[in-house]
Amino acid sequence: MNYNLTKKSFSVRGMHCASCVRVIERALKKVDGVSEANVNLATEQATVGFDSSKVSDQALADAVSKVGYKLVVDEGNGGDRDDQGKQGIEKKRELNDLKKKVTVSLVLGGFILWGSFPGVMQTAPPFLQNFFIQLVLAIPVQFWAGFGFYRAAIPALRHRTANMDTLVAIGTTVAFFYSTFIVFFPGVIRGISGIGELMPYFDVSTIIIGLILLGRYFEAKAKAGTSEAIKKLIGLAAKTARVIRESREIDIPIQEVKVGDIIRVRPGEKIPVDGVIVEGESSIDESMVTGESIPVDKAKGDTVIGATINKSGTFLYKATKVGQETMLAQIIKLVQEAQGSKAPIQRLADVISSYFVPIVIMLAIATFVVWYILGPAPAFLFAMLNMVAVLIIACPCAMGLATPTAIMVGTGIGAEHGILIKDAEALETAHKVKTVVFDKTGTLTKGKPEVTNVIARSEATKQSHQKREIATGYANPRNDNAVDARDDILQLSASLEKGSEHSLAEAIVRKAEEEKVKLSSVSKFKAVAGHGVEGYINNKKALLGNRRLMDKEKVDWKESNKEIERLESEGKTVMMLALRQAQGKQFQLVGLIAVADTIKESAKAGIQSLQKLGVEVAMITGDNKRTAKTIGDQLGIKQVFAEVLPQEKEEIVRNLQINKSSNQQINQSTNWLIGNSLRRNTVAMVGDGINDAPALAASDVGIAMGSGTDVAIEAADITLVNKDLRSVAQAIELSKKTMRTIKLNLFWAFGYNVVLIPVAMGVLYPFFGILLNPIFASFAMAMSSVSVVTNSLLLKRLILKAK
Amino acid sequence: MSEDKIIVAILGVLGIAFTYWFFLMKKDEEVAVEELVEIKVDGGYNPSTIAIPKGKTTKIIFFRTDPTDCLSEVVLSDFKIRRELPLNQKVTIEVTPQKSGEFPFSCGMGMFHGRIIVR
Repeated sequence: MNYNLTKKSFSVRGMHCASCVRVIERALKKVDGVSEANVNLATEQATVGFDSSKVSDQALADAVSKVGYKLVVDEGNGGDRDDQGKQGIEKKRELNDLKKKVTVSLVLGGFILWGSFPGVMQTAPPFLQNFFIQLVLAIPVQFWAGFGFYRAAIPALRHRTANMDTLVAIGTTVAFFYSTFIVFFPGVIRGISGIGELMPYFDVSTIIIGLILLGRYFEAKAKAGTSEAIKKLIGLAAKTARVIRESREIDIPIQEVKVGDIIRVRPGEKIPVDGVIVEGESSIDESMVTGESIPVDKAKGDTVIGATINKSGTFLYKATKVGQETMLAQIIKLVQEAQGSKAPIQRLADVISSYFVPIVIMLAIATFVVWYILGPAPAFLFAMLNMVAVLIIACPCAMGLATPTAIMVGTGIGAEHGILIKDAEALETAHKVKTVVFDKTGTLTKGKPEVTNVIARSEATKQSHQKREIATGYANPRNDNAVDARDDILQLSASLEKGSEHSLAEAIVRKAEEEKVKLSSVSKFKAVAGHGVEGYINNKKALLGNRRLMDKEKVDWKESNKEIERLESEGKTVMMLALRQAQGKQFQLVGLIAVADTIKESAKAGIQSLQKLGVEVAMITGDNKRTAKTIGDQLGIKQVFAEVLPQEKEEIVRNLQINKSSNQQINQSTNWLIGNSLRRNTVAMVGDGINDAPALAASDVGIAMGSGTDVAIEAADITLVNKDLRSVAQAIELSKKTMRTIKLNLFWAFGYNVVLIPVAMGVLYPFFGILLNPIFASFAMAMSSVSVVTNSLLLKRLILKAK
Repeated sequence: MSEDKIIVAILGVLGIAFTYWFFLMKKDEEVAVEELVEIKVDGGYNPSTIAIPKGKTTKIIFFRTDPTDCLSEVVLSDFKIRRELPLNQKVTIEVTPQKSGEFPFSCGMGMFHGRIIVR
């Protein structure tokens, strides 16, 4: 018997009372194959035991929906959003609680301060000056508002660890119990310390707790701002989709959309999931996902991205990616991962903060001992107050927050602009980039080359008779004029290239299709990487490729050199077609095909922005040097690596990393090993992420131009989903600004502790008589972590503009 | 030097030595895990050192009962995971390590630490 008992938990929506629970349980149990069903109202969960060979999750969902509730089968993005909602409520509750504690401690502390602080205490009503009343006021602050410190410190001590709360707990407890002791047994302390008039320090213990909690309140509020970007992204997902099922249009929750569903989107609506348009056209605002500000026109066959907004037309599209596969889900995952990673710069802060608290405790003990032995009278009081100040002023939190908060804001800003940063390390490395190498085809150019010239050798060499002879032998014998010869060249080339996947090949085949040229069959086809293609047509061997291929097969192409050079100087890529009449005979050049690729609109501005940042720009291409130089000149790139074989790209990147190449000339693949300085140079490589994956991986920062709806490009450290080349400079600028914020944060956090701990210990006292009142210490400490988080939030004001 | 000062000096030295021994010389007990482990988050991580197998997916369930703000996030930076740990809720994190070695994890502010040892 095929029986698979499965137990699963599902979220249930729409319940509000205990009777709902029974209704749902009954509905679930009625489904054939369900053995048990338990619904929990508090957690809004249904746990169902069922035979998975008989019952599907969907059947359970249907049964529940029949009785008017909703059982969520696939949590997907909706789950994220709900989790976030729950966490949001929880956070809000915590914040409100904190606010109450802050208010109570500061008000009670304020009264105690009024009744005990020298100078103002005379103005206070007598009952506030009463030590017993002060004790009564201090108790709720110490043990209710300050409970959290004990709650954290005690279990930590049990695990032999210490943290911020340990310091605050020890510091305030010492002040509180010392004061309590004075209230009840003033004689004992008087005897030990020799102080004539004793004063309790309830103001110290209460105000410290109030101020530190106030700092936490601000810190928590500010910290919520650092993760705003990810919340915004999660909030982008559409909730429902209008799906056509059984020729009816129905609105269903987005979690229920399946791959292959046909979805209708009307003007102004959000596109629910990724897909391909099957009918209609529209203009789509993709800015929220890709960062691209101008709406994109899309028609049948074009890809649409989930969570983007349909501006004008109505269209139908087929869902291709749903749930965790959609572009938005991938972006969210990528950003979450980046925010979970650690920047190398943080390592030092990590090491220090792991030893920090025990060291502060040791310093506090030392402070007490030194003041007790060497300090002026009343030594005990000085020793105690300075020890408390040391415990309170130390702030490891600021160090711990310095880097991650800035990384979170930085990666968030990147995502908003369509710059997806893989991890904190990439964000850190990008600011050091000195050279950016662009792959030409598909990166600087659109990657959709077009055939611009088809020239028979007769035209190239002005020897038409030779051409006719050759052409008639290989193609359909037609009128022997130049047009025919041109067609023959196209026909032969396109036939050969039909089997190739190279973008130039596509251009030739497309041209042949446009001109309705009939293609011949090719046998023994072979593509030689970086050279071209070869094959047999009508039993005659044909070659189509660059100089390298021609030289390899000893084809004489020198006669057409002038023509080739002319085309190349126009930025075109020229391929030569050669034929061999019979085995053993020489190949002969029969014609040329020139192909040109259009430069992307953002290319020139992108390169200029980089140059303005002082970054050197280089270009790598498999093209010959003349074509490469022309493109380089058009774009203002001086360093061009031409005639580079695909496998050599990685080596060029590695060489640029060790050699600070200042050579501004065209470098051929054979002589690009230039320069002799061994300075390590940080190199970024920009490519499509597919053909140049090894070069991207070899570079310090691999930047991939996004294509389609795939954003998780393995070899890339940064993915530009906006496809805008100006974003390369923006990414570097973002990295620079983020790093500046991190450095400032770390400087502030370290500097704060390094300067103020000694001051609290009293090192300035012998020279200037300066001591730190523990109340000021708590104020400074509360503000230090707030200032670090606020500084990270200031990054948000950064406007990434392509200059 | 008076008697009380000598006593305070001796107690101080002992206190410093004790603090050093108590916090900085503790040895973590390592817990070997196969598929699933629950780490209690209360004043730190318990267990704080877990050993997990390489190449296999291990579920680490964090259960925070400590309201300290510090502990409200856990960061496994080598696995690129930063996760909120809502109070009194179990949060499952799955890791599939491909490399052996020692990978630290910590709270959001880097105050509490734990280690994942991959073998």
